[in-house]
Amino acid sequence: MTIRKTQRPTARKNQHELLLEVRNASVSFDMDRGTSKVLDDVSIDIYRDEIIGVVGESGSGKSMFASALLDAVVEPGVLSGEVIYHPPDGEPYNIRKLSDRDLKRFRWEEISMVFQGAMDSFNPTMTIGEHFEETLYAHDYELEAGMEHGRTLLKDLYLDPDRVLESYPHQLSGGMAQRALIALSLLLKPNVLVMDEPTAALDLLMQRSITSLLSKLHEEYDITIVFITHDLPLVADLADRLAVMYAFQFVEVGPCHDVLKDAAHPYTRALLKAVPNLAAALDEMQPIEGDSPDPVDVPIGCSYHSRCPLANEQCVETQPAFRNVSDRHRAACHHWSEAREVLPYTLSNETPEVMFDDAK
Amino acid sequence: MTRSEETVVSLENVGVEFSNASLFQTLRGDREVVKAVDDVSLDIRENEVIVLVGESGCGKTTFGKTAVGLQRPTSGSVKYRGQDIWDAKDGNGDVTIPFPEIRKSLQIIHQDPGSSLNPNRTILNSLSVPLKEQYPQIGTEEREERIYKLLEYVGMKPASSYASRYPHQLSGGEQQRIALGRALLMNPDLILADEAVSALDVSLRIEMMDLMHDLQREFNTSYLNISHDLANAYYFAEKVGGRIGIMYLGKLVEIGPAEEIIRNPRHPYTRVLRWATPVMDPDSITEESDEPPIRQIDIPDPKNPPSGCRFHTRCPEARETCVNRVPQLTQTGETIESGVACFRRDERDEYWQSDEIA
Ligand SMILES: Nc1ncnc2c1ncn2[C@@H]1O[C@H](COP(=O)(O)OP(=O)(O)O)[C@@H](O)[C@H]1O
Ligand SMILES: Nc1ncnc2c1ncn2[C@@H]1O[C@H](COP(=O)(O)OP(=O)(O)O)[C@@H](O)[C@H]1O
Ligand code: SF4
Ligand code: SF4
Ligand SMILES: [Mg+2]
Ligand SMILES: [Mg+2]
Repeated sequence: MTIRKTQRPTARKNQHELLLEVRNASVSFDMDRGTSKVLDDVSIDIYRDEIIGVVGESGSGKSMFASALLDAVVEPGVLSGEVIYHPPDGEPYNIRKLSDRDLKRFRWEEISMVFQGAMDSFNPTMTIGEHFEETLYAHDYELEAGMEHGRTLLKDLYLDPDRVLESYPHQLSGGMAQRALIALSLLLKPNVLVMDEPTAALDLLMQRSITSLLSKLHEEYDITIVFITHDLPLVADLADRLAVMYAFQFVEVGPCHDVLKDAAHPYTRALLKAVPNLAAALDEMQPIEGDSPDPVDVPIGCSYHSRCPLANEQCVETQPAFRNVSDRHRAACHHWSEAREVLPYTLSNETPEVMFDDAK
Repeated sequence: MTRSEETVVSLENVGVEFSNASLFQTLRGDREVVKAVDDVSLDIRENEVIVLVGESGCGKTTFGKTAVGLQRPTSGSVKYRGQDIWDAKDGNGDVTIPFPEIRKSLQIIHQDPGSSLNPNRTILNSLSVPLKEQYPQIGTEEREERIYKLLEYVGMKPASSYASRYPHQLSGGEQQRIALGRALLMNPDLILADEAVSALDVSLRIEMMDLMHDLQREFNTSYLNISHDLANAYYFAEKVGGRIGIMYLGKLVEIGPAEEIIRNPRHPYTRVLRWATPVMDPDSITEESDEPPIRQIDIPDPKNPPSGCRFHTRCPEARETCVNRVPQLTQTGETIESGVACFRRDERDEYWQSDEIA
């Protein structure tokens, strides 16, 4: 067993084909203290067959982004903007214009969603098998073929279909329930799987087992995965691209390797130093000073300026637009190239290579 | 041993069994017994940091609570500075250190800091209670002064503003600082922090761990931390020269200096945990499904643990002999500080002649 692996193969077949386009999506809540903008004019493209990791600290707007992708923002939150879906065959359409009936169909058959805490997603009075059957039934799918596919998915997730299908949710461990939920979400063969902190509250070993199974499922069924988490190291080993959120917006988007290797946004650079990580030297690690902004009162200029060592007048006054760092790598910072020079970090200076000296 | 005077807590062959049985079940004879901790020994020294790592259900919390005198072991002994904790409690023999003093010296911080703070009390009130109990002689003014000073220590400035808040007015990280502060008010020798760090957002963990290290220097406390995350464990232990202990289904299967555990994991289970720990190195990012190096990804039911080496149902190296014999933790280093419980450590063990089952 070696931990070090060869470089990942570059972009799979379709990774430049658009699948989802989010345009100027905002979510706001009216509060006593004023309007709270918890997703702030976000635009991003998601490509077919990629795994995109969305990372950011809690409260940065990740779950709001996930809800926006499925037009599922809960009241009294108000979503504006567009989410355009490009089906594999057929014309693109704005999912915000779908009828309730079409939206319901869309949510399982095109895009499916998995949340943290499988136990809450399952109905405690129904067996796992009944959940599978009900889903097939509600979408007019053929039961026998559908259950056959369900069993295959359960097996793919290292679950025993006979045992799991007849169990009630509480009879499964957290890790088993979460895997059963992933199988259920893939039952109607969606093209996209959106996962919001799907492994939080599980042991690290189970989290890693799940991400490794996900990358297998991704290969096997050509699913595009949007994996949302605060846990950067976890998704860094899984994702093709990373999208970093700070204060209700994306601040950096790029190939995972490039973002880790030489992040362009000062926040990303600070975050990479602030996360416990076996690859970095211990005394390099450092927390990020200061607090993130309140959604009711986000500064006019760059939302990171109160914490940023590079902030100047321009940063306080003008909100930075996305700039191209390279072909597929973008960052929203006025001074990204300077950041790369003056805010150093290293992740791989001392990768602990695992030595296995068996009983010698 | 000459070290004994600097040992704060010494656990010897500790076992903790729970039996979950109703009267009805007992009558029918199907009592369910869980051996949450099975024959574990550990010395925790002054100023020492030990992090216990393992999957949920493997007995970390139970063992930790036993170490701080909150859980009575069903076998073995737990001593605080040489005094058996439960003899002190029961008044058995010559009690040199009274139980209340032991309890005060051994503190705990829970995973969920919110639940350990009374939602209807201000922080000042919450912190006053234990102080009043322990030091009834000090006046209100001095008490408040101590609390403010402590809040400043845990980085909550201005202290008077934080002291007047209610728990729901604090973030998770701030609540965790309060919990740490409250434990420190008792000037303890040992703090058990049960998943106190992993409950926080990844970007806040370093800050919390650095704070705990600073306070250790200030107050000379030892820490017994519990975590399921080897990267946190490594940071917390290695930064101050501490140890990591790996638990599996009630057993301590490997222990050693943090650096050793990370760079040279010896027990097959430690290697699995090492595999599970992401390495955020852009040059070694892997993609293709690299399969978990275990035979089963689910942990067996602790109520019905496997025979022999408890890891044999998942171990990639398991052989027939592992099904029947229980490996003992044997010393790997020169000192008593490290050990591994696996037959593979002994080149003369019959393991090597046994048939593979993996
Ligand atoms: N129902 C709500 N009403 C008002 N604000 C909310 C509501 N739900 C979430 N928020 C706020 O929206 C912001 C973003 O939340 P969320 O998307 O859940 O963050 P994340 O998933 O990154 O932790 C937070 O500041 C949160 O407090
Ligand atoms: N008070 C209790 N009564 C019965 N069983 C318990 C009790 N506390 C823990 N257990 C059982 O003991 C085992 C170890 O639990 P615990 O120490 O909480 O593990 P960990 O902290 O590693 O998750 C588990 O199987 C758990 O269900
Ligand atoms: S725009 Fe200015 S304040 Fe914002 S991240 Fe860049 S340098 Fe820092
Ligand atoms: S004793 Fe056997 S089963 Fe146990 S860890 Fe060692 S090789 Fe694996
Ligand atoms: Mg969220
Ligand atoms: Mg526990």
